[in-house]
Amino acid sequence: MSAATTGPHADNSGQSLRSRLYWALADGLVLAKRNLVQIPRIPELLIFATIQPVMFVLLFRYVFGGAIDVGSQSYVNYLMAGIFAQTVAFGSMTTGIGLAEDLSRGLIDRFRSLPMARSAVLVGRTIADLVRNMFVVAVMLAVGLLVGFRPGGGATGWVAAIGLLLLMSFAFSWIAATIGLLVRNVEAVQPASFVWLFPLTFASSAFVLTSTMPSWLRAFAERQPITQVVDAVRGFLLDEPVGSAGWQALAWCVGILLVFVPLAVSLYRRMTAR
Amino acid sequence: MMHGRPTILAEGLKKNYGKTRALNGLDLEAKEGTVLGLLGPNGAGKTTAVRILATLLMPDAGRAEVAGLDVVGQADLLRSRIGLTGQYAAVDEYLTGRENLEMFGRLYRLPKTRARRRADELLERFDLTDAASRLVKTYSGGMRRRLDLAASLVVSPPVLFLDEPTTGLDPRSRLAVWDLIGELVTGGTTLLLTTQYLEEADRLADRISVIDSGRVIADGTSGELKARVGGERLEVTVVYEDDLHAAARMLRPYAQGEGDVFVDVDRRHASVTVAGGQRPLAAVVRDIDASGVEVEDLGLRRPTLDDVFLALTGHATQPTEDELGSSPLDDRPEKEIA
Repeated sequence: MSAATTGPHADNSGQSLRSRLYWALADGLVLAKRNLVQIPRIPELLIFATIQPVMFVLLFRYVFGGAIDVGSQSYVNYLMAGIFAQTVAFGSMTTGIGLAEDLSRGLIDRFRSLPMARSAVLVGRTIADLVRNMFVVAVMLAVGLLVGFRPGGGATGWVAAIGLLLLMSFAFSWIAATIGLLVRNVEAVQPASFVWLFPLTFASSAFVLTSTMPSWLRAFAERQPITQVVDAVRGFLLDEPVGSAGWQALAWCVGILLVFVPLAVSLYRRMTAR
Repeated sequence: MMHGRPTILAEGLKKNYGKTRALNGLDLEAKEGTVLGLLGPNGAGKTTAVRILATLLMPDAGRAEVAGLDVVGQADLLRSRIGLTGQYAAVDEYLTGRENLEMFGRLYRLPKTRARRRADELLERFDLTDAASRLVKTYSGGMRRRLDLAASLVVSPPVLFLDEPTTGLDPRSRLAVWDLIGELVTGGTTLLLTTQYLEEADRLADRISVIDSGRVIADGTSGELKARVGGERLEVTVVYEDDLHAAARMLRPYAQGEGDVFVDVDRRHASVTVAGGQRPLAAVVRDIDASGVEVEDLGLRRPTLDDVFLALTGHATQPTEDELGSSPLDDRPEKEIA
């Protein structure tokens, strides 16, 4: 019983905003580590999450690619920015599924009875998915290079492209977290996620020129976030003019975070009052 | 510092889930350093009560205080002073035992090295050192429960909630968990324990509150409750029906008070309520041995939750899952002829 002498500590009542943010991040990182060490222990998840975008690369490169006209450039060079954005968008589903899974288990009760930051479960999950998504994007890049992708941008372009994809990954994870918290049924989260991911991903400049779409669809496609991200990433990677897409993509991601972070956190908090 | 105020105090707690009334005016009280057993069948409201006291759930009405803190208004402060072990092991399957404990230590905001040291101490104490580096999904039920219990002790909280800590465990693991809980209690922890087993409450709790349909229907020490239920029964099943009355005669001298010997001719079975179990059992064994009556089964049977409920409410509990680790006589029908 000598071990039973560790006393209570660290009351976290009446904290300043700064210390609350500090603990939200510190606790979040503890849980991010938890989620990350699990990835190699459930290899099926990562393997299939990687195979799916690889199949999209092959599908668009070799099946549809020949029939799609993107002007003077090669289709594979046009395609890869779209694939990166799609990978990141679809990858965000993991956040919703993972959260719904956590919520269905007893573990979440323990988390809620601990003196930890309420947002930590969400922060940990989204940070871990960010890291995971980057890994998958790196694999996609390798696959792209194998099938003929030849980016022309310099180091600055690469940094800008990767930074923007990371930001998009994080922002989309918080949308997915909100969906996961609303749906809460592991099986239902995936179909529920496709409802918003499909139109956003395909009615965009990811795979085809938006100028080929009917005007009403084009109006949507040219204004939505994935198109902005894809246009900017494509410009950065291929060393082409980015125009306003860079700023618009940035604004979209920040805007999404400003709306969905508080929304998801408050949804998660409200569940305590069940 | 508590000035004799109960460490766990609940007054008139009510909670509904839709139309289901989970708690219907529950009152509880446990003094510092004591164990309160919450005894009741499935669906009686035990888990709801624990979830409210552990800040996971808000009551619809009533109030509760733990360690002098309001469970609703001061929940944030309270969380660093309680430990909770729920019915299902709340540990991460895809982490190792050590990783789980380290993670919980970090979330209790222990510095890294201290969290690691504490994890090692707990693994050692809960006999999990050998399995410390294995994923929890490879653990047996008993090992998971021990790890779960260890997780709620990372900061040695002054108040601990254990929700059915041995449900679903085999008898050996159950004994091990009982020993661990016994140690905690001698360390001064205030403990609220829910259980479906009278034996468990009897062994671990200082006071027992029996709950049914969301409210307390009886409370007292286990001795007080048993006195109301009728204590232990000494039971004999004979091989030949002709010997039954001889056996019943041999039981009669050991009856507690004015107690009758119950005889069930069809089952060649006689039983009587006794006081101070062991001695009458030994005496009856000697008597029967000397008389030459052939016995199929002979033993002491402790009252079960069903007996308590029958005595207190006049109705039996809902059928519960298999009552692991109880004596083989437990499942006999309640039909007895005087």
